[in-house]
Amino acid sequence: MANEETIKTELSRKFSFLADKIVIQRVRRIFVDVPQERFHDVCEFAAKKMEFSNLCIITGLDDGDNLQFIYHLARMDGIVLNLRTTAPKSNPVIKTITDIFPGGVIYERELIDLLGAKVEGIPHGKRYPLPDDWPANQFPLRKDWKPEMLEGLSGRKEEAKNG
Amino acid sequence: MARVTIPIGPQHPALKEPESFIVTLNGENIVNLDMRLGYNHRGIEKACEQRTYVQALYLLERVCGICSHSHSSCFIQAVEEIAGLQLPPRAVYIRTLIAELERVHSHLLWLGVAGHEIGFDTLLMYSWRDREAIMDLFASLTGNRVNYGMNTLGGVRRDFTKEQLTEVLKVIDICEERTKYYIEVCTQEPTVINRLSGVGTLSHDDAVRLGTIGPTGRASGVNKDVRREDPYLAYGDLSFNVIVDNHNDVFGRAVVRLLELMETYKMIRQIIAKMPDGPITVKAPRKVPAGEAFSRYEAPRGEDTHYVKGNGTDKPERVRVRAPTLANLQSVAKMLENNNLADLPIAIAAIDPCFSCTDRMIGTISSTGARDSIRWDNMRNYSIKWYRKQGIDFTDLNRKLAKKQE
Repeated sequence: MANEETIKTELSRKFSFLADKIVIQRVRRIFVDVPQERFHDVCEFAAKKMEFSNLCIITGLDDGDNLQFIYHLARMDGIVLNLRTTAPKSNPVIKTITDIFPGGVIYERELIDLLGAKVEGIPHGKRYPLPDDWPANQFPLRKDWKPEMLEGLSGRKEEAKNG
Repeated sequence: MARVTIPIGPQHPALKEPESFIVTLNGENIVNLDMRLGYNHRGIEKACEQRTYVQALYLLERVCGICSHSHSSCFIQAVEEIAGLQLPPRAVYIRTLIAELERVHSHLLWLGVAGHEIGFDTLLMYSWRDREAIMDLFASLTGNRVNYGMNTLGGVRRDFTKEQLTEVLKVIDICEERTKYYIEVCTQEPTVINRLSGVGTLSHDDAVRLGTIGPTGRASGVNKDVRREDPYLAYGDLSFNVIVDNHNDVFGRAVVRLLELMETYKMIRQIIAKMPDGPITVKAPRKVPAGEAFSRYEAPRGEDTHYVKGNGTDKPERVRVRAPTLANLQSVAKMLENNNLADLPIAIAAIDPCFSCTDRMIGTISSTGARDSIRWDNMRNYSIKWYRKQGIDFTDLNRKLAKKQE
């Protein structure tokens, strides 16, 4: 796991606040907790200086009071750097990473639709993946969301009844 | 010339799955492409959180009909990592065998669809006939043509006899001969070469920038294959080449898939030759400890990833799926810039898209169990309104058509 250790050293040298936040989970898997305010810098450094040029996916999680976001970045040698950051549910604002990974826009749209994240600076475009008439403030991947909450709220359903 | 905007989909003329492309044209040339996806969003990730790991496994297998084994294996290897389960070698080899057979049927399916999109339906009939041999093989090995249900937590559910494995080798020999013939057709037949060359071009830099993966990326020189870089299952023990091509167009994508088939046949022979004896499962706990894992898997269409988080119960806390098409769709708009409208079906088909996979997630079944039905005229009015919102109005056209009928 020499390469994994090198990555750990390099990251903690560049960002001293990460020193005790890097966990090598197993060969080729590294998890790092990154504070929200420095997240963009760390992400950019990993992508441009450490060759983690492939954003596999962004996972969004609801962990009670906070929303958690894990950015899974992969490199040609098979190592995956999982950068984790959190934002409070009361104000879940994160900054877009589409300036680093243009292909990441669709994953950010999913965070907006399914978890109610607010992504600052995301390019204008169509929503994904929920329907156009999905009610506002209903985020299906939040733990307190139940399918029953949809009952009677769909505009399309009303139209069908009236029609 | 005035620009014209036309809608392609949600009922797509080329594919049997719904997605919507709003295409802006200057004459015959595509100037801009705007996509709307999500028509197949079924809420599978949410549904997994309310099911046990084993139930979620069979639900996730239904994310996609073609690469069902990919999703189920990708998920279960993440769960097994969290649970700390060590699979018996024979189970690993059986999983790998099914994975590679799946690649054969998926690539042959693609070849047929590609043939169909360029009006070469003989190729569709031929390659789908050959694909049937693999489907029959699946039926005899697993009991099903699709959604094989081979995986379980801690191993596989069926063992294969020597005779069954010999049968696999026989079918593979036939498919290999046929694939050689298709390679000849696609690389020597002038009509195919001319129809596919220079269509849907994606430069190497754009492919890297947009995170293109799988055969689509490899045809633009992106030398990436999870089976080699992040070996899982038995891939670390197998020798194979990763096929990379620099044509950057639909022709290159066809070549990559066909040559990949030859590598797959090689791998299947190695798997069967090396197949270890022994048990096919280890005893697995019902409850999985708290922890998380990120699993990668080279599906026929490219890298499939699953993130699983366990919370110590028998149900996952979170399951996150990224099917290859979602990553590759970003490149479609780029590929189609300045292409002819008539090239759109084959260029889209060339990423081998799977929109069920992409959206993977809610039928309108209400909590009372009643299904919503929508009448034809309501649906028609809804669609007219919807298109108007997108800036497309059919009223003029309808009036003209009505006049003609008079």
